[in-house]
Amino acid sequence: MSEPRITRVAGAIAEAEPLGDAALYELVEVGKKRLLGEVIRIDGDVATIQVFEETSGVGLEEPVRRTGSSLTTRLGPGLLGAILDGIGRPLEGLADRSGNFIAPGATLPTLDPEARWSFVPSIESGATLSSGDVLGTVEERPGLIHRVMVPPGMAGRVADIQQGTFTVSDTIATLDDGSPLRLSHPWPIRERRPMGRRLPGDRPFITGQRVFDLLFPVVEGGSVAVPGGFGTGKTVIEQSLAKYAKADVMVYIGCGERGNEMAEVLHDFGRLTDPVTGRSIMDRTILIVNTSNMPVAARDASVYLGMTIAEYYRDMGYHVAILADSLSRWAEALREIAARLQEMPGEEGYPTYLANRMSRLYERAGRVESEGSAPRTGAVTFITAVSPPGGDFAEPVTQASLRVVGALWALDARLAHQRQFPAVDWDSSYSLYVDGSADWFASEGGADWAKLRTETIRLLQRDRELREIAGLVGVDALEDDDRLVLEGARIAREFLIGQNAFHPHDAFSTVAKTYHLARLLWAFMQTGSEALSSGVGFEKLDLAAVRVAFGAVKTAPPDALDERIAETEQTIADMGAT
Amino acid sequence: MKRLDAPVARTYAGAASAAGPLLYVRSTRRAKLGEWVRIECAGQEERRGQLIDVGNEITVIQVFEDTLGLRPTDATITLTGETATTVVGKDLLGRALSGTGAPLDGLPPSIGEARLPIWGAPINPVRRQHPSDFIETGVTAIDGMNTLVRGQKLPIFSGPGLPGVELAADIVENARPARGEPFAVVFAAIGITERETQSFVSRFRESEVMERTVLFLNQASDPTIERLLTPRVALTTAEHLAFHHGIHVLVVMADITHYAEALREVAAAREEIPGRRGYPGYMYTDLATLFERAGVLKDSPGSVTQVPVVTIPDDDITHPIPDLTGYITEGQIVLSRELHQRGVYPPIDVLPSLSRLMNAGIGKDHTVAEHREWADQLYAVYARGREAKLMAAIVGSEGLAPGDQRALEFVEAFEKELIHQGGARRSLHDTIRTGWSLLDTLPRDELTRISDDTWAARAAAPKKQGSS
Repeated sequence: MSEPRITRVAGAIAEAEPLGDAALYELVEVGKKRLLGEVIRIDGDVATIQVFEETSGVGLEEPVRRTGSSLTTRLGPGLLGAILDGIGRPLEGLADRSGNFIAPGATLPTLDPEARWSFVPSIESGATLSSGDVLGTVEERPGLIHRVMVPPGMAGRVADIQQGTFTVSDTIATLDDGSPLRLSHPWPIRERRPMGRRLPGDRPFITGQRVFDLLFPVVEGGSVAVPGGFGTGKTVIEQSLAKYAKADVMVYIGCGERGNEMAEVLHDFGRLTDPVTGRSIMDRTILIVNTSNMPVAARDASVYLGMTIAEYYRDMGYHVAILADSLSRWAEALREIAARLQEMPGEEGYPTYLANRMSRLYERAGRVESEGSAPRTGAVTFITAVSPPGGDFAEPVTQASLRVVGALWALDARLAHQRQFPAVDWDSSYSLYVDGSADWFASEGGADWAKLRTETIRLLQRDRELREIAGLVGVDALEDDDRLVLEGARIAREFLIGQNAFHPHDAFSTVAKTYHLARLLWAFMQTGSEALSSGVGFEKLDLAAVRVAFGAVKTAPPDALDERIAETEQTIADMGAT
Repeated sequence: MKRLDAPVARTYAGAASAAGPLLYVRSTRRAKLGEWVRIECAGQEERRGQLIDVGNEITVIQVFEDTLGLRPTDATITLTGETATTVVGKDLLGRALSGTGAPLDGLPPSIGEARLPIWGAPINPVRRQHPSDFIETGVTAIDGMNTLVRGQKLPIFSGPGLPGVELAADIVENARPARGEPFAVVFAAIGITERETQSFVSRFRESEVMERTVLFLNQASDPTIERLLTPRVALTTAEHLAFHHGIHVLVVMADITHYAEALREVAAAREEIPGRRGYPGYMYTDLATLFERAGVLKDSPGSVTQVPVVTIPDDDITHPIPDLTGYITEGQIVLSRELHQRGVYPPIDVLPSLSRLMNAGIGKDHTVAEHREWADQLYAVYARGREAKLMAAIVGSEGLAPGDQRALEFVEAFEKELIHQGGARRSLHDTIRTGWSLLDTLPRDELTRISDDTWAARAAAPKKQGSS
């Protein structure tokens, strides 16, 4: 049979024939520059290929080579701290090869083939292993134990296992049937990794953002959509979570976003330490970077790559959070490819299978018990920014997300213009994880956590109603009780749910700090209300002092927090006494 | 230049068909995507084109010149074997060139230092330096409240009849390199009118600014499809000046709206499935290949900063052109028709305006220590005042709470004294001082964004900020 050759190139799409015997999603090398691509349609002898690299300069009659497998990534020690492009190539390695600008056609392994890892077996020769069982461990980064697992689908009796230092491709153990086990194994990124069983989420994912932890919590293993027009702070939220939220491993996917933002992430992450462990946050982070001017097909792959890596650490028994910015760019990549294939468009030109693909992706998140004879419990939490055109949520990507996610953090341009950050619209956001996380918050936050949450929401809702009325009759025409509500809501917006992502002591809020601020707000409302009913006029309340006190709690360094809280309690108690 | 394959030109007689700016040619052997094409037709000027879809059966050429009068069967089509390139070099400074780099100033073509492909490769994100160097533009609403930094792309969202190009010209004239470093301007006129072009060019023609400026002019009367090339030729020139010569280059591109319309014209001619308002579904990716060419590199002293001008059709900020631009750029400077009509210049509405890279470029080491708090406080009071203004329209200003009334008065002063500056340059020092003088009219307990440290510093050094 003759060698397959290119018969058409247009944008990210190439056609080649004869290639009728290829498999769907088989990886191929396209043209003289050997650009990576995958087969996405086969029609008779002709295969249609989406190319993961820039196709400019690729010509007719150039050869196409088959690889026999689909797009896979090697999973093993060395992923933590990595900075990868959408198809898993380390960007540092690409820079060493082609300099400041990315040149197409380079192949580079995801894991460093030279790096040596110290492996300690946890089983002995003669043990019988099944898929997912742990063979032993490698300390991948200080404090993070990498559990080396039997790859999915493999099982048998161990003939031989060794201790020592190995590269990711060295054989560390052999099964009776002669099959080798290594520190790493390949996995096709579009397939979900097997698991034992799904578990319900019962622990909150502590984001460190009061508006989320208090009002719209998410559990470990949950999924959240964060839609917002441009300038509403999606990226700042995703970055704040990546920096400060509590997770064993963070996968940050910059999908079709800005190069300078990724430079900022790289710059900041290298300098920051995990608030819990005190180690560099890069030690727990994997960055996947496909900026908006990098090839569009690789944007499609980047999300699956991130998900696969997350599932791998989940299987070791870790809680992994994926922060994807933005899923809309991923969906647009699908649309661009579909349009090139002249597929029948669905809503807004997106392919008709968009909602299907999205729900399959979201469903890879979850809290699970792993495979294997001694199963581990891990979770993948999936938080995705969505960029609706014109900030209008009635568009396919936002709507398809809402059908599957458990929480919506809706961002509002009006709040962003008022510099109310995070610009989360408390009226339209929701979380289905409130009940699931209630027990944890009651025992770890405070027994009255649920009540404070309800009261805060009620206060904000009442505020909106009153502001509508005040807009008609003027604030002076309101009753004193109502003016107290307006003041309380203002404190809530500025000091409780408003948070400054760039202030060293405000960027992250512990559960305790969140609790105390909510409690102080409640105390303010109670005390104020009592003062008013005992005849003190609203104008007599020393509100300026209260605001200053709340501001001091909000930005207090950790060692001064208790003192600031006590002072605020006193200020509240005294506010009607003047 | 190093090439793997020596380019081989092939000539074909006649195209199979033509539609709008496109020519369709049969059986083009070894045609390459993006290949540069010459089209000759007896008695007409040579046209240039580019392969945008190559196939064994049919290959599509996008023609950059007007196709009026082009007879496909009579055309002689040469595939050059090369992709689009442009001559780059320091000797381009001071020159006025066409939208594709041909001289317009009567001087001979530049010899240059190299010929580079105009389809720039993406910067490897790990080699990007995070932008943090403050650029003083002399415009208060930018320097004070939406600070521009080197390597940023910060578009001006203008509207029909609003002075977007004029503001860009102000920035070009007044921008100061922080430490006297080499500085240059590349201006790409994309389909703008003769009047707009002159408002930009005539200001600099005789001044020293022209010596450090390269002009690429594709005006309204020039071929529309050429507009797809002009910003890329300009950016390739800018990248060479920045990363080869270590110059800080400011690229002004006006008007991106015309660029997007050229993109739509080609998409429509290809009968592609249209996205929102007829613009192609890949417009985000395409615009990103322009805007993402701004940046600073870790191992290079120069930088490329972009100030694109976008005319918002019908003042609708949700229109796909400003919408997609805003999703790619690092903020936006939004002009307001209302302020313009009230004679405020520059008519910048700071509430929807934003600079995403501001935080990295301000503060103690860059501008002044209290810059963030100062800007936040001005924003907070102004936003409150604007809301009060809406409320006052219904209930009258007497019905407002005292704080809201003060904020309402503040709005007036803010727009007249701080935003409005006529055409004059205002230093950052004056910007900060004027801002304080407005804030000082308010009771201190309403200024919750100002920290105790800042109050203490101001009390200790009253002269520094209290007087000029």
